[in-house]
Amino acid sequence: MRLLKTTKWLAAACIALAGIVTASAQDKGLENPRSTTFRKTLEGKKVVFLPLSMGFDLTEGWAAVMRQQAKRLKYDFEIRDPAWSTDAGTRALQSLISEKPDLIVAHNPDIQSYARLLAQAQAAGIKVVQINLESNTQTDSYVGADWTEIGEQAAQAVVDKCSPGKGASTKVAIDTGVPTAASDVFQLDGIYRVLNQHPDIQVVSQQATEYNPEKARSIMETVLQQHPDLCGAIGIWDNQDTGTASAIQQAGKGDQVFLVTSGGGNKVGCENVEKGLFNLYISYNVPLQGEILNAEIARLLLSDGTAGENKTLYFNPLTQITKANVNQRNCWTLDDLK
Amino acid sequence: MSEAAAHGNQARLSSLLKSQEGIVLVLAVLAFVLFSLLLPSFFSPGNILALIRSVSILGILALGMALVVIARGIDVSMIATMVVSVSWAFVIARSGYSLEFALLVGALFAVVAGVLIGVLIAFGEVAPIFATLAAGSVIYGLGRTFFFTLEMQNVPPDAGWFSLIGQGRILGVPVTVVVFGVLCLALHLVLSRTRFGWQTYAMGNNPGAARITGISNRPMIVAQYAISALIAYGAGLVLASSASAINARLFNSTMIYDILLVVVLGGIGLNGGHGKVRNVILGTIFVGILLNGMTIMNIPYTIQNLVKGVVLLLAIVIDSLVNPRDEQTSQQGDL
Repeated sequence: MRLLKTTKWLAAACIALAGIVTASAQDKGLENPRSTTFRKTLEGKKVVFLPLSMGFDLTEGWAAVMRQQAKRLKYDFEIRDPAWSTDAGTRALQSLISEKPDLIVAHNPDIQSYARLLAQAQAAGIKVVQINLESNTQTDSYVGADWTEIGEQAAQAVVDKCSPGKGASTKVAIDTGVPTAASDVFQLDGIYRVLNQHPDIQVVSQQATEYNPEKARSIMETVLQQHPDLCGAIGIWDNQDTGTASAIQQAGKGDQVFLVTSGGGNKVGCENVEKGLFNLYISYNVPLQGEILNAEIARLLLSDGTAGENKTLYFNPLTQITKANVNQRNCWTLDDLK
Repeated sequence: MSEAAAHGNQARLSSLLKSQEGIVLVLAVLAFVLFSLLLPSFFSPGNILALIRSVSILGILALGMALVVIARGIDVSMIATMVVSVSWAFVIARSGYSLEFALLVGALFAVVAGVLIGVLIAFGEVAPIFATLAAGSVIYGLGRTFFFTLEMQNVPPDAGWFSLIGQGRILGVPVTVVVFGVLCLALHLVLSRTRFGWQTYAMGNNPGAARITGISNRPMIVAQYAISALIAYGAGLVLASSASAINARLFNSTMIYDILLVVVLGGIGLNGGHGKVRNVILGTIFVGILLNGMTIMNIPYTIQNLVKGVVLLLAIVIDSLVNPRDEQTSQQGDL
């Protein structure tokens, strides 16, 4: 009888104790198993970024954003810098295929050079994300601008200003970069898609500047000598088009020639919009691209699928920057991202 | 005109036509006439100024290269010196120092780089091509690692007078062209009127003999590379000022070969000892005519490169047909 009483008492005490323990656990919250797996899966993974070259606004910007997430989620982030050499980039990619990191972020010098190697990397089980410049091979993911869309927007803006009766003439010049890069081939396609619908617009010059502002300047100077009534100009990259713009300004035709360019939205480009050097600046927003890139990296590292199994892509939105909307949200500096 | 004088003129003309210089001159005149006839506004004062201006920077760099080449050297580190010293100066100016001070630091960097390269060649007795090739990579690497992260450096804001160098005009002539002209005159006077100039030719003709006759070769070499580095810095300032920015990536471009193209095309032999400023001017203007004409004709990029290459080959082939290699040249050796 007494034993029974003691047992009852003990049982009651146990229940009470258990209740207290549970209550105290509830006070400290619940462990989220998904958060634990998320962090555990990502920790210690290895991501390698293969840019065209470090040292310019786009790649430095993406790298800064990617490095932040790598630090936060404790995975390894490395950069292999081929310094503008397609050769060095190809070698880096080959050695990466044997090193087998978990994921490669590739920035293509042209649409052909890395195409086969990227497919090989995926066959070796490495997931591949391409950033802003595509190759012919579609991989696990592509994040970046739709160059065709940029070309269309640029051409449309020029058509609006230079249709018959609107500008000084219907003459338009195009400054390209390097003829084989994705930014050139797809953008030109976009430009001509629009221009072909407007046969009045005359393309009087289409020259490659090799991304060199001084070459862009001397080309525009010569074009303006030949066609003093030039109405519009489309440049392929803000970094080179400072030269294009300064030729236009020096010829005193800042009000006559409508210059459209595109770039990553760096503060320096924005300053040129403010100064009236660029009339329209189509920005593909590097910080935004960096964040989307981060989301894709995390998604792919978490997914159980094999490399190359599901191919997807995302063309990020573009921002048309004019004098009216040069602001903190649209323009960034590298220090903001670090 | 007396018969003797006429004969003398004729002899001079025929010897000119037999030189590389003469051939390029004929080609240049031919191209100029052809473009003037075929292209509507090629022959207009505005376009001709634009033409000269677009190659002035190349010409300025070629002047520095010519000085070194005449002394039987070569400086392929010029572009590295140019982009690093100018970019660094801009970074210093943007970090709060005055532009004047920053530009002085840039100039100092260029001179120090030139002196070190000169010392390497003069005292270390390294072949100039290897010394400058390696030095170029070192300078560029130093710059990218320690002095600036971004390749593209815009001209610092509020640099009013600085933008005049590349964008201003004196009596309607772009300052860039004026700078090129003044430097041409200065180098011409140095080469033809000063002991430094005569000794430079002597060194190029026969370094051994020059040393025996009492020319202090080593300090001369150091001075030559220091001058070419300083000229490269000057060219960089003009370039940055006219395009409102400088891109360090020029180091990876073919610009250094364009400079050599101008020097060789103009008729300054790479084996040293001969060549004048007028050769540089001729080479510069010929390249200018070609580039300008092709831009006006809107010729695609790859074909432009092809044309440049073919023209250089043509000039070299004609040169070796007109001036066959003989015992003397084979002893001296071409580069």
